[in-house]
Amino acid sequence: MNNEKIEQILNEHQGQPGALIKVLMEIQEENHWLPREVLVQVSEKLEVPLSRVLRIATIYKTFSLTPKGRYQVNICTGTACQVRGAQQVLEEVQKLTGIKPGETGPDMKFSLETVNCQGCCSLGPLVEIDGKTHGKTAPAEIADALKKYE
Amino acid sequence: MSEIIIQIDGREVAAEEGMTVLNAAQKAGISIPTLCYLETLEPYGACRLCTVEVEVRGRTNLVAACLYPVEKDLIVRTRTEKVDRIRKVILELLLAHAPEARGLKMQEYAEEYGADKNRYEKEPSFCIQCGLCVRYCAEVKKKNAICFVNKGPSREIQFIPEIASKECWNCTECFPLCPTEYLQGLFVLTKALAFPSAPMGPSVEE
Repeated sequence: MNNEKIEQILNEHQGQPGALIKVLMEIQEENHWLPREVLVQVSEKLEVPLSRVLRIATIYKTFSLTPKGRYQVNICTGTACQVRGAQQVLEEVQKLTGIKPGETGPDMKFSLETVNCQGCCSLGPLVEIDGKTHGKTAPAEIADALKKYE
Repeated sequence: MSEIIIQIDGREVAAEEGMTVLNAAQKAGISIPTLCYLETLEPYGACRLCTVEVEVRGRTNLVAACLYPVEKDLIVRTRTEKVDRIRKVILELLLAHAPEARGLKMQEYAEEYGADKNRYEKEPSFCIQCGLCVRYCAEVKKKNAICFVNKGPSREIQFIPEIASKECWNCTECFPLCPTEYLQGLFVLTKALAFPSAPMGPSVEE
């Protein structure tokens, strides 16, 4: 965890309750997840009750209260991707990484998630790794794509 | 404060500006069922049991009486067939979450409106999400020791162990507020203190 960076984000918005979501998003971006201690810090620095911080942090899917891997793997299971074989891609990724959707590997490398339509159905089946979109993926090709991330 | 005359169930009722329909009705001695309303708290409109029919300039609409402000020439009907039917279904849906609710109000209302607690598939969480405990803690006690977490079907109340361990045993004022079960608060509090790092919801593991 990059404590200095989190400290810096918090200091920038000290005493600004309105910046809550922005601060949480920045920390999420930096740290990939929101540990409990950080939420308590956010509550103290921004002068927001911890109850509200928790409510906001649990209501949005952007925020994760569990540790996440370095690379987020999102597999689209929307209708179009489903028809184009997203299930086979998902199974292949599960086999390669050893984790199921919603889980993070013990080496903290990948976090797997299934998502709904990403809005580019013509590229299906769609796999998004660390923010980069991989279109028209085939189960046989996905291993090469995953190898690039260390 | 200017006085506004409104009509509730055919009776002329005097109300002040800024009052809600519920306040006006209570002042005139007309009862409207409520579960999530408490005088000391801001109106919340969670349970919708106070649904009434209002008529403004010939248009009728269904609104929550605890939130709807009075206005000139407002006509309110609290017991039409439609309103009764809506309240019955609301009660049935709430009873699916708390079928054995020992809170007197809920049992009384269920009888009055003929609500069948077995109508919908049961999901006994004992919480109807009225938010009374959460709002009482935040607005009256100003401790914020209990909050709502998650959303949709997994939304639930949760005590914050960091605050609850210091404040709650000396207070416990939110327990009797619960419309379903006094022990609900106790259970959630004990759970939070016994397992401070317990999961935030079904989909999250720590």
